[in-house]
Amino acid sequence: MPNTHVPELIPALPELFLAVIIMALLMFGVFQKGGRDEQDVTTFRYVTYMGIVALLLAVLLTTLLADERLVTFGGMFVSDGYAVFCKVLVLLASAGSLVIAKGFLERHSLARFEFPVLVVFATLGMLMMISANDMISLYLGLEMQSLSLYIIAAFQRDDTRSTEAGLKYFVLGAVASGMLLYGMSLVYGFAGTTSFEVMAKMFTNTGPEGPGTGMIFGIVFILAGLAFKVSAVPFHMWTPDVYEGAPTPVTAFFAIAPKIAGMALFMRVMVGPFGDLLAQWQQIVVFISIASMILGSFAAVNQRNIKRLMAYSSIGHVGYALIGLSVGSEAGIRAVLIYLAIYLFMNIGTFACILCMRRGGRMVEGIDDLAGLGKTHPMIALALAIFMFSMAGIPPLAGFFGKLYVFQAAIAAELYTLAIIGVLTSVVGAFYYLRIIRIMYFDDAEDPLDQSIDREIGALLTLTGILIVAFIAYPEPLVSNAAAAAASLFSS
Amino acid sequence: MSGLPILSLLTFLPLVGALFIFSIRGDNETVALNARSVALWTTGINFFLSLYIWFNFDPSTADFQFVEKVEWMPVLGLQYHMGIDGISMLFVLLTTLLSPICILASWEAIQTRVKEYMISFLILETLMVGMFCALDLMVFYIYFEGVLIPMFLIIGIWGGPRRVYAAFKLFLYTLLGSVLMLLAMFAMYVDAGTTDIVQLMNHNFPAELQTWLFLAFFASFAVKVPMWPVHTWLPDAHVEAPTAGSVILAGVLLKFGGYGFLRFSLPMFPLATVDFTPMVYTLSIIAVVYTSFVALVQEDMKKLIAYSSVAHMGFVTIGAFTLTIQGVEGAIYVMLSHGIVSAALFLIVGVVYDRIHSRDIEVYGGLVHRMPGYALTFMFFMLASVGLPGTGGFIGEFLVLLGAFQVNAWVCALAALGVILGAAYMLYLYRRIIFGELTKDVLKKIADMSPREWAVFAPLIILTLWMGIYPLPFLDIMHVSVENLLQQVQTAQAAAANVTLAGR
Repeated sequence: MPNTHVPELIPALPELFLAVIIMALLMFGVFQKGGRDEQDVTTFRYVTYMGIVALLLAVLLTTLLADERLVTFGGMFVSDGYAVFCKVLVLLASAGSLVIAKGFLERHSLARFEFPVLVVFATLGMLMMISANDMISLYLGLEMQSLSLYIIAAFQRDDTRSTEAGLKYFVLGAVASGMLLYGMSLVYGFAGTTSFEVMAKMFTNTGPEGPGTGMIFGIVFILAGLAFKVSAVPFHMWTPDVYEGAPTPVTAFFAIAPKIAGMALFMRVMVGPFGDLLAQWQQIVVFISIASMILGSFAAVNQRNIKRLMAYSSIGHVGYALIGLSVGSEAGIRAVLIYLAIYLFMNIGTFACILCMRRGGRMVEGIDDLAGLGKTHPMIALALAIFMFSMAGIPPLAGFFGKLYVFQAAIAAELYTLAIIGVLTSVVGAFYYLRIIRIMYFDDAEDPLDQSIDREIGALLTLTGILIVAFIAYPEPLVSNAAAAAASLFSS
Repeated sequence: MSGLPILSLLTFLPLVGALFIFSIRGDNETVALNARSVALWTTGINFFLSLYIWFNFDPSTADFQFVEKVEWMPVLGLQYHMGIDGISMLFVLLTTLLSPICILASWEAIQTRVKEYMISFLILETLMVGMFCALDLMVFYIYFEGVLIPMFLIIGIWGGPRRVYAAFKLFLYTLLGSVLMLLAMFAMYVDAGTTDIVQLMNHNFPAELQTWLFLAFFASFAVKVPMWPVHTWLPDAHVEAPTAGSVILAGVLLKFGGYGFLRFSLPMFPLATVDFTPMVYTLSIIAVVYTSFVALVQEDMKKLIAYSSVAHMGFVTIGAFTLTIQGVEGAIYVMLSHGIVSAALFLIVGVVYDRIHSRDIEVYGGLVHRMPGYALTFMFFMLASVGLPGTGGFIGEFLVLLGAFQVNAWVCALAALGVILGAAYMLYLYRRIIFGELTKDVLKKIADMSPREWAVFAPLIILTLWMGIYPLPFLDIMHVSVENLLQQVQTAQAAAANVTLAGR
């Protein structure tokens, strides 16, 4: 209850748990003997393992929370089925990113314990974004996430590309945060409240004349800020540079967890407080969705660097996910949730493959470096081929089902233009995903990549590969959970 | 029906074989040998399984048989629904027959990455059989589209010099058509509330919606058939694909389009079908006549046969859209006989290609002196392709022309022109390769067909003769189903006519 002295803590249990763990890990890292390289590496390993375990325990804690709607901290924090679903995805994404990051960081003498701590910190911010029920808590969560991300983008501090990526991300991110804040202040000015629930009630009876120009202005600014965070066109310009410049495991983390958290927040804001203003914001989301799909597919065609390619690919995927949001119905949100879950597994797997691309112990990032992978590394090539076909949305792989639900929702809502542009760009997208497969299988290797791969990356590849292939056989758990999560967002 | 899910067994047995091959370890020689034998055994067993289904198939009913239904994605109401009727039964048989033949044909031709090759082929068989058995739109789409993955790899990895171009063209052309069909399927789901094919056949879609749905499905099937002017992927794919890839492409994959028209377009969008019949006739006639002329000037054997495939498929679309019992049965019959004859023709090209490694017609000549057995086999299938009475090709073309004549004499006459041109280019091809003096040095030592090659051709020869001399068993299987199909079309048209009358 809001008027007692101690707020109800149970709904925020995973967040509290992670916060405590972060402090503990930080202390552990600081007081551990350091200075020499091997000591640093040992500390890094311990902190990484504990971080992964903590994230997985947080998954457990999250799922323990019942699917009922719990509100706490004076109505600023909400935990419902939707939040549980998205949090599980984000936690899994962060844990996966830590797993694949370990080997890379050790090899590039970046094995400092701050990295896992910062990743968990960012994850905590994401959980708070997902559970935000008020403009203020939204902003707090978002900034906690963003600040941690700015730092890890520049984690390879001796490398100009990495520091440049961090700086770019920071400056542009600050602009986006500014836009978001400006939009929020406008909304607050016209609505007189920052609470999502109060706003939602206010807008229930909005007539066809709309909520007034000032309010719409505010919503547009909020939309722009959120679009920046999920890197939707036209607020995507930072993505390719940051993805290319940041160390590869950081790129992997950026491409997955913040995207999922950002989309989750995007949906909560659009459907929660502004749900009844669908007519006002729908065309904007339709536009950014179409623009993202088109740019994501066409701009990727000529890329030579695989990290840049993945950046454009992720822009395209956000475009497809936004189709579901622009539908604005329960079916649409359900589609986005399914899409995000599948996107998570495809991307973790793909980045695990990218992290295997080493020659003489050094990372290579060119797409042409994959030549002949089908012969030299049949298993990695097979896994990457599965992920690429899946990203292209070819059945029977999981990626197809993500698209299936999104397009089904669009057709059911009679957004035919959106759906047709979506499928056509997916054909263009198929071209560049196929190109990777072509290089792996049809071309011959001149200079093969290193043979050895880390054990944990191998295990993760096997797991995600099997999940992507076998999803068709048993889609029920994911689909019905996503359906329940989407329903809980609308029942509030 | 028995409790055994026999269609699923038939569909997924090759997949099990593929997994088995996947797990084979050891040095290259043993792996290759084991992969070949496992693939042959699996496809062989699958063929006998399909024969069992054929013997237990009841041709006196148009209902779907051996039906399996399992909840799959309850959120959208999707079901894993399988079953066959008289139309799909024959295609299933065609697929299971050609698969072991393909494995045999690539026994020696494929020497690199044998394991992966066999896995691709077995997965391909799973998808093809599944496609013909699927009774749910989404299940159908998954099989239909999934075929692209193994086909892309087969052409791209084991193909000829321009394989990358051909593989991409095949993939992107087909994908572009199919995604539009996917959207149309969603629209059907929104309108009818189900993706079950059996229920959709009895659902009357509004006339305007039918037009759009028909066009979307047409985009997909026309590319697959392929119809002029979207046929250009086919010659490239055929030329670059390995022999067995061409066989499957011509034998089964091209039938997806014709099957799709019969399964979806005709019964589900009857009004649009009637509206678009002139367009289909026009495109088919162009295909028959134009591609026959194109075939006449080809210098590449495989390309010539590929163009002849386009021409034959023109007959299929003409026959299907006549909406007469002879026309539709003829269309199915042309598909079956073409499936066997063109597959055999590609194998025949493969025989000399394995020896000389060239597909240029120029390179050959006078082969009859060294390879009499080969010349005989070639002549047999060449004449079957032309449509000589006594071979399967004749029955199908005759029925199609008969059906077309009832509807439109001009269509019939122009299609008949295609038969004549077909004879022209096939005989010309035969003369240039087989007859004449044996002057070229490379051909002086060429050997006649080996026992393994005879084993490949023997069943095809027998089947072609059987289909030509005694077609009744095949026609019997499809007859009731085809009648039922045409009945449905007429009922739907009558219902629509009533609605229009009542609306006045």
